[in-house]
Amino acid sequence: MQPAAVENVIDVQHLTKSFDGRKVVDDLTMSVRKGRIHGFLGPNGSGKTTTIRMLCGLLTPDSGSGTCLGLDILTEAERIRRRVGYMTQRFSLYQDLSIRENLEFVARVYQLPAPRQKASEAIGRLGLKGRENQLAGELSGGWKQRLALGACILPEPALLLLDEPTAGVDPKARRDFWNEIHALAADGLSVLVSTHYMDEAERCHEIAYIAYGKLLAKGTVEEVIAGTGLRTWTVSGPEVHALQAELETLPAIDMIAPFGASLHVAGRDEEALAQAIHPFRSRPSLHWKRGQPTLEDAFIDLMRQSQDNFQ
Amino acid sequence: MTAGNGRNLSLHRFWAMMVKESIQMTRDRITLATMIIIPVMQLLLFGFAINTTPHNLPTAILMRENSDVGRSILAALQNTDFFEIRSVVTRSEEMDELLQSGEALFVVEIPEGFERAVRRGETPSLLVAADATDPVASSSALGALSGVVSTALSHDRQITFAEPSQPPFEIVQHRRYNPAGSSTLNIVPGLLGTILTMTLLIFTALAVTREIERGTMENLLSMPITPLEIMLGKIAPYVIIGLIQALIIIGAGIFVFEVPVLGDPLSLTAITLIFVVANLSIGYTFSTIASNQLQAVQMAMMFFLPNILLSGFMFPFAGMPNWAQWIGEALPLTHYIRVVRAIMLKGAGIAELGPDTAALAGLTFLAMLIAVRRFRRTLD
Repeated sequence: MQPAAVENVIDVQHLTKSFDGRKVVDDLTMSVRKGRIHGFLGPNGSGKTTTIRMLCGLLTPDSGSGTCLGLDILTEAERIRRRVGYMTQRFSLYQDLSIRENLEFVARVYQLPAPRQKASEAIGRLGLKGRENQLAGELSGGWKQRLALGACILPEPALLLLDEPTAGVDPKARRDFWNEIHALAADGLSVLVSTHYMDEAERCHEIAYIAYGKLLAKGTVEEVIAGTGLRTWTVSGPEVHALQAELETLPAIDMIAPFGASLHVAGRDEEALAQAIHPFRSRPSLHWKRGQPTLEDAFIDLMRQSQDNFQ
Repeated sequence: MTAGNGRNLSLHRFWAMMVKESIQMTRDRITLATMIIIPVMQLLLFGFAINTTPHNLPTAILMRENSDVGRSILAALQNTDFFEIRSVVTRSEEMDELLQSGEALFVVEIPEGFERAVRRGETPSLLVAADATDPVASSSALGALSGVVSTALSHDRQITFAEPSQPPFEIVQHRRYNPAGSSTLNIVPGLLGTILTMTLLIFTALAVTREIERGTMENLLSMPITPLEIMLGKIAPYVIIGLIQALIIIGAGIFVFEVPVLGDPLSLTAITLIFVVANLSIGYTFSTIASNQLQAVQMAMMFFLPNILLSGFMFPFAGMPNWAQWIGEALPLTHYIRVVRAIMLKGAGIAELGPDTAALAGLTFLAMLIAVRRFRRTLD
């Protein structure tokens, strides 16, 4: 029986998972639409990895339910495994096997016809021709990521779960990696990718922000930014660092963050914010400008709010 | 998360796992070299070094006459620690059976007309047949026998000795299976089993924990491969290694220590194969229980010690208290040593050693069952 065609490749409700009595994922409800790149953001230890592991059957949720590719994550993990490509945070191919041997192993485990040929094709796609007998452990960080992604998509999965795939990879390799992801999504593959990088989050069709195991925001980048309700001013000038200390004490300012030679000053109440900064606007050395809140502003604000809630 | 677990074994996936493990094995050159060198070194070292002493030796009496002297010898033997009388028989065929099966290691034959001859002062012969595949046990028992019988006769029957220093009979001994009483002949089969146990146990004890420590387990678990396929794929390459090791040890035994292989080489191969798989399965089971490689090695060592001490390799099995014998019976090495001694030195076929073979196969199956059950399909 083939699972019915579904618009949502991931659809989970009220997922909860505790380790040693500590709730790592708390009542998480989320969905990922078919053919979309879904960014999964949140500070370290926020439960991103745990959520991804629950989605592909590596962890059993304490409570909650849902489907992945239309298959029940609680009872059909075995079938989910066949159709999901999961790329772990840590490089988890065999370092003492060559590039070719790793790919052939994956092809055989998924029972693909002609595993040798499948591996050769993947080597060609990855641009690793001529290096196929090199041990995977000898590759640079960027090449390891490419190889891991290549191994992930070898069995032609319908959904990719990528757990911080670009951590510790240089900008050029990151850009190539994301181009590849977009090409795959254009072919109909759905992707859930966790990351810390704002530029990567902005490359996603949709994002979800999770902290302390709770989903705090979701939607497109614009929706998430708008959802915080922040009004932002950018102030630049020679003394902005001294200014930051002064502004931080004001209750109308919800978020303040330095960006190079300028400060982003944001608050949810537009009028209160205007009043609060009014005395500083007359200082001749400072240049005030209305700004658009960035995604980073939104996240720092979300993170601070969730911290407040937990302290 | 157990839906579909092990329901259908895929040869493709098993093959994938086996190829992967074989490549990883050959890539680790030093370990591969040790696999070959360790058995040779240990065989040479211990083959020339080890020796041992028994009591409660399984003994049978072959009564060719029903006499007072015979009964008092029997009583005397029963009263000593050295012998444990398992049965009293009257026909020599029965005696042969007892020795062949290992039911008795020692048979005292009281010949027809023994009592009469003793009373006449003729110094008749008391025949002793000993299973000398365990030469240390049988020779010290022979030493004790003379004293026990003399005392029995002088106390119970008031038989006068012509010369007090000379017993009124002589003991004619017949060392079966190992006529020279060479301890090496006994040691080699034991060493074969011990060396295989030690090396094989460690190989698979590291199999699962290594994947966990290197972070590759998470990837493996996210693939559609079952615990049974993983286990069989991991064990298979080492079965070949185990058989090669056995071949080297038996070869060295034959050429260096001149140990005969009287029995069927095919039976020897078959029982060795079962034994190799048994040890690999037990090692693998440790691997599924331990959370890191160090723990796995510790467990293997804890298991290895009773194997050496309680299997009959180092100390005669017959001399151990019952509870220790029960532990011994639960160890694959105990059964393997018995079977290998019987095949190599007594020329017994595998059919005659059914119970030990079955026990070995049973232990293998049990270990595999525990391993597959213990294997964590998730990271919970």
